[in-house]
Formats: sequence, C-alpha cells, structure tokens
Amino acid sequence: MSDNTAVLEHVKESEASEAQPTTRTILSGPAEDTPDQPTWFRQQREQGWQDFSLLPNPTRKDQPWRFSNVDVLNLASYQSGNLPSDHDRAQILEQSVALDGKSGRLIFANDHFLERDVLPESLRKSGVIFQPLERALTEHEGLVRRYFMTQPAALGSAKFAALHRAHVRAGAFVYVPRGVELDLPIEIFHWLADENVAVFPHLLLVADETSKVTVIEHFRSVEKTRHGFACGVNDLIAGHGATVKYVCTQRWNENVVALQINATTVERDASAMSLNLHLGGAYSRFESLSRLVGEGARSDLLALSVAHHKQEFDARTLQDHRSPHTTSDLLYKNALSDRSRTIFGGLIRVERHAHFTDAYQKVRNLLLSDDAEANSMPGLEILADNVKCSHGATSGQVDEEEMFYLLSRGIPEIIAKQLIVAGFLDEVIGRLSNSLIGQHLRDLIADKFRLDATRAAIAA
Amino acid sequence: MQQLEINNLRVAIGESEIIRDLSLTVRTGEVHAIMGPNGSGKSTLAKAIAGQPDYRVTGGGVLMDGENLLELGPDERARRGLFLAFQYPSEIPGVTIADFLRAAAQSRSPEGEELEATDYYAKLYEKMDLLDIDRSFTSRSVNEGFSGGEKKRSEILQMAMLEPRFAILDETDSGLDIDALKIVAHGVNSLRSPNLGVLVITHYQRLLNYIIPDFVHVMVQGRIVRSGDKELALELEEKGYDWIRDHAEEPVLV
Repeated sequence: MSDNTAVLEHVKESEASEAQPTTRTILSGPAEDTPDQPTWFRQQREQGWQDFSLLPNPTRKDQPWRFSNVDVLNLASYQSGNLPSDHDRAQILEQSVALDGKSGRLIFANDHFLERDVLPESLRKSGVIFQPLERALTEHEGLVRRYFMTQPAALGSAKFAALHRAHVRAGAFVYVPRGVELDLPIEIFHWLADENVAVFPHLLLVADETSKVTVIEHFRSVEKTRHGFACGVNDLIAGHGATVKYVCTQRWNENVVALQINATTVERDASAMSLNLHLGGAYSRFESLSRLVGEGARSDLLALSVAHHKQEFDARTLQDHRSPHTTSDLLYKNALSDRSRTIFGGLIRVERHAHFTDAYQKVRNLLLSDDAEANSMPGLEILADNVKCSHGATSGQVDEEEMFYLLSRGIPEIIAKQLIVAGFLDEVIGRLSNSLIGQHLRDLIADKFRLDATRAAIAA
Repeated sequence: MQQLEINNLRVAIGESEIIRDLSLTVRTGEVHAIMGPNGSGKSTLAKAIAGQPDYRVTGGGVLMDGENLLELGPDERARRGLFLAFQYPSEIPGVTIADFLRAAAQSRSPEGEELEATDYYAKLYEKMDLLDIDRSFTSRSVNEGFSGGEKKRSEILQMAMLEPRFAILDETDSGLDIDALKIVAHGVNSLRSPNLGVLVITHYQRLLNYIIPDFVHVMVQGRIVRSGDKELALELEEKGYDWIRDHAEEPVLV
C-alpha cells in the first residue's frame, strides 16, 4: 500500500497484521529487527541498547531527579505488547475520537499500528507526509534519517531516551513542505491495552519553511487498572518562519509509569507552541527542551496537570536561547488534590550571543488539599546582555472569598471547587487560541473531576 | 405570604461584637431599606445572613418561613431562595458568566436532571436585555476586569436569573454613576413582585429615589435605632446621621 495509490478521502487503511504472540521483557534486549528496516536504523537501535545498558539508573541525588520518586522506574516486569484482542481493538477504534475536525489520524495500540485516516488528496499532492514511522523509514528514509533523534536528552533521561531508541517501532512521521498550511489538526492515538505492556510512542514532526501545522497526540489506556510503561519521544522542528502547534493529552490509567521526552527546535522567525495536558499515570515525567536556534524564533511552552490520589507529575524544562532576538514563554499550571505531588524544575539559559532575548517562566500551583505537595525549582543562567527574563513559581489555595461567592449562588462546594480549578487552568488553554482543541481539553479536565465527584458521592 | 425573620441577632468577628441584638422582619412583596453610617454593621448583617464563615453568630436567629437558616450552609440558604448582591463581588478568573450562572441554575434543578440549554439561554438573554447588558458579556470571566457598573449589573442579572424569594442588596449603589444607578434600579424594580422580599442596604438616600422602599430602618452601632417609611430616608439625608445618634430611641453604647 502506498499513498500514491488512488485512495479516496476518508478512506481507512488497516494494517492489523497477524502478530505472533511474544512476551519479551524490555530489559532482555533491543526490539527485534524487521526485514525492511534500513541498516542505520538497526545500528542506532543497537547503539541505543548499549547506551541504555551502560548509563546508570537515576537517583534522587542527581539534580535532574531531585524530589522524583525514582523507585517507580524498576522496569523488570514490562514487556513488548501483542496486537490487542479483537474485543479491545474494536473498543479502541470506537473510542479513538477526540476532535470534530481533523486532517488525518493514526491509531496505535501496544505499539502496533491499527488504523489510519489518510490526509485529503490535496494535502498529499502538495507533498505533506503523514505516515507510521515504520513505513516512513522505507519510503522517506533520507528525511527521517536526517532528523531522527538528533537532539540530546539533556534533562536527565538520557538513559530512557536510549531505551526508546532501542525499542521504538510505533509512531508518526509528519513532514509539511515549504509554504503548505494545514487548517485542521493531525491526530495520533497511542493506546495501552494489556497488563505490563511497555510502549515507546514516537513523533517526528518537521515543518519546513513558512509551513503551518497542528498535531495532537492522545495517550490512553483501554482499561483502568492494568500496569504499563510508556517511554515516548517527540521531536518537533519548526523551520524558517514555520508555525507549529503541538498538543498532547496524557490519559494513561493510574497504574502506568510514563516518561515523555520532548525536543523542540525553532529556527529563524519560526514559532512553536506546545501544550501538554497531564491527567493520567501513577508517575508521569515530562522533559521539554526548547531550542531557539534562529533569530526571531519564538517558543511557547504550556502545560497543565490535574493531580489526585497519589499521582506524581514531574516536569523538567529548558528554554535554550541560542540566537539573538528570541522569545520563550513558559506557563505551567498544576491543580493538586489528595496526596498528589508535582515537581517542576526549569531553567532558562541565554547563550553568550543571544542578546535581546525575552524569556519568561511562570509556574502556578493550586493546592486543593493540605496533603498535596508542589515542588518548584525555577532557574536562570544568563550569559548575554540586554535580555528580559523573569521567572516565578507560586503555590496557593482556593481563595475563600471566591469560594463564598460561588456558594452564595447555591453552587455546592464540590462543584464550586471544580469551577474555580477549571477557571484557574483556563488561562493556559486560552493561550492555544484553538477553540476546537480547547473545548476538547476542557472536556477531558471536566471528565476527571466527574470521576472525583462520583467518588465523593459514594464516600458520603 | 412568606417572611424572613431576624430575631435578636448577635454577630461577632473575632472577639468584637458587630451586630447587637437586631430584629427585623421582611415579608415577600415588601422592600425594606437599611441605612446607616460607615461601621454601623450593615454589611456584616448581610454577610451573616448569607452565611459568610468569618462572621460568627453569637445569639438570636434568622428564620426563613420558619426554617432556621443558621443551621444551613451558604449554598443551601441560596437554594432555599436567599440572594445576596455583594458590595464587592469576587473575581473568578477563567470562569465565564454563562458557565457560572449555569452551574447556579443547575444546582436548583432536581437531582440528576440536566438543565435544558435552550431554555436557559433564552431566559438569560431576556434578563440581559432587561438590564441593558451586551451579549458578549456572558463569555467574559466573572467580574474580571469589570467596571463598577458592570459588576453591579452582573449582580442584578444573577438575581434575575436565580429568582430568589428574599434578596439582600449590599450597597449596590456604591461606585455607580447616576446612569449606572438608574439601570441597576430599573432592574431591581422590574423584579419587584408579591413573591419577592428585598432588603436594600445603603449609606446614601440617593438610591432610594429610584428604588422606593416600603420601610426604612436606621442602623447605628449594630442595632436598628429607628424605623419609618420612605420619609425617614429624606429626613436623614437632610439632617445627617448625627441627628439619629442624638435622638436614638434607646441609649446607644459606644
């Protein structure tokens, strides 16, 4: 099958091949090669495995892992997944729906490709590529090789980036040629289906000069309690004057341990915006490296976490200004209930020649319980002159006056709290300036609250 | 006829007693005005009735149709039909007027019953037209960046939507120019009905030119020292609060 065949728009392709059941643990070696993989890819897979084996396990004494619950990173029980059962597959396909409008869609489960909606013919004709990574490796080998995992995992997870390199097989390659604009987002779904499965979702997004594209990834679990491990990498490249928006909704179930390693490269006059919504996972770590490499580049780093029970969200960021006249703006908001924890470690680094830089970093924590814990470690490292930088992290509780105001209108306390929290988070969603995606994010947040409301009702 | 009955009420903030043995009954269909100098306890009375947790009731009772409001949480009091228009309404960042009012309306629907969206919006727009409020208002965050006039109109809009049986307007005239005052007063007057009792709290007589009260009470140092009809407000305007202090019906403790 190839994109060049005459496929009608909205045609669905399915490559759910008969996979032989395997139960290899991820610590027994790199993923097995498949016949059509190029040699360089097999080599870097071996290299990844070697690096993973040599690099030490992180400890809390390492600055990039300070405050982190590194004990959860015992990976011995996780194994590569099989194609999910017919029943689960049917459920996954039915539920892989998020936005009303999209340019295309890819669906993976347990790192197996299930189905896709190909791009409209007009976009394919203008050279836009949106393919499963495995296929892009053969059909667009040169392009993939040029950009594949070229950025260092500089924020603590070099070992896990190496593990990803050793195991990666599922994911998407998106390439938007010069001057092409996609009006509707591209959607990618990754599902975890069975007990103790590990997945390694990959996204490589290359937006060439002055192109425009929005990609949204959805991480989800089929079932509520099965354990799992997700170790994803996404590389976003915004070429000269390009506009890239990236959104991720992380809704693994609460027995999943998740690591997500992002590198964003923003070239001259380009603009990149990412928004990560963290809802799921027992422990979920997110590393985001934003490199502003060309003059006039702009990067917006946005994230939201809604933490409850004993969830832990661990975010590490670097806003790396490597050219003059660059701008970065980070806004992270966390709402914490119960005994949940969040960690933010973020650095703004302005390199020697990156004069006239504007860099901002703002973290806001809303503590909804006395037992919740928010740790913030903002940092600045400025080597250039004439820069405007600010950073700040604050934690607060629900304002009592606000609460009384809502109560005085008859709104019960639990709903009032939800409204206040949703309002607190809304500033971040507003920055995305995309009502279609914004509404979806609001719905997901409301869903998580609904679960908590049900729990409260049962307890009462 | 229903009534809001305040009996020998005493309210303290911390250790200091602000309301000292205050009694007042408001029936549906009536408009009462409470006037008084700064620090006389007018706003404390309003907030204590609404259930503000910082205000500690140390004696007396507040009954609505015989039910003791003081045993209910502030949200329950509101759902029973009590409404407080705030002097300084809180800003709720990121929560739109539409979502806020919808949550308030939803809280009055029977358990498990979803509010009908079309009906809700039809009603909302009708009330907004009445108060000369632009439609774009509903997508703004509650009170965030509102002018003084917008805040007060928003309070009256909420009152119109929630259809209380008893409404307390706490210094609704403060910070309003005459045009805004007229709009707000017009809104309140249009809501006057045999099914609504209103308690207007104000420092100035001016508001009472537009919302004509049936009864006027003068409050000094935590208690009502004189009651009368609307003429009392005019007399007070003319002679000032010192006149009341000098002619209090019972000795006023300092």
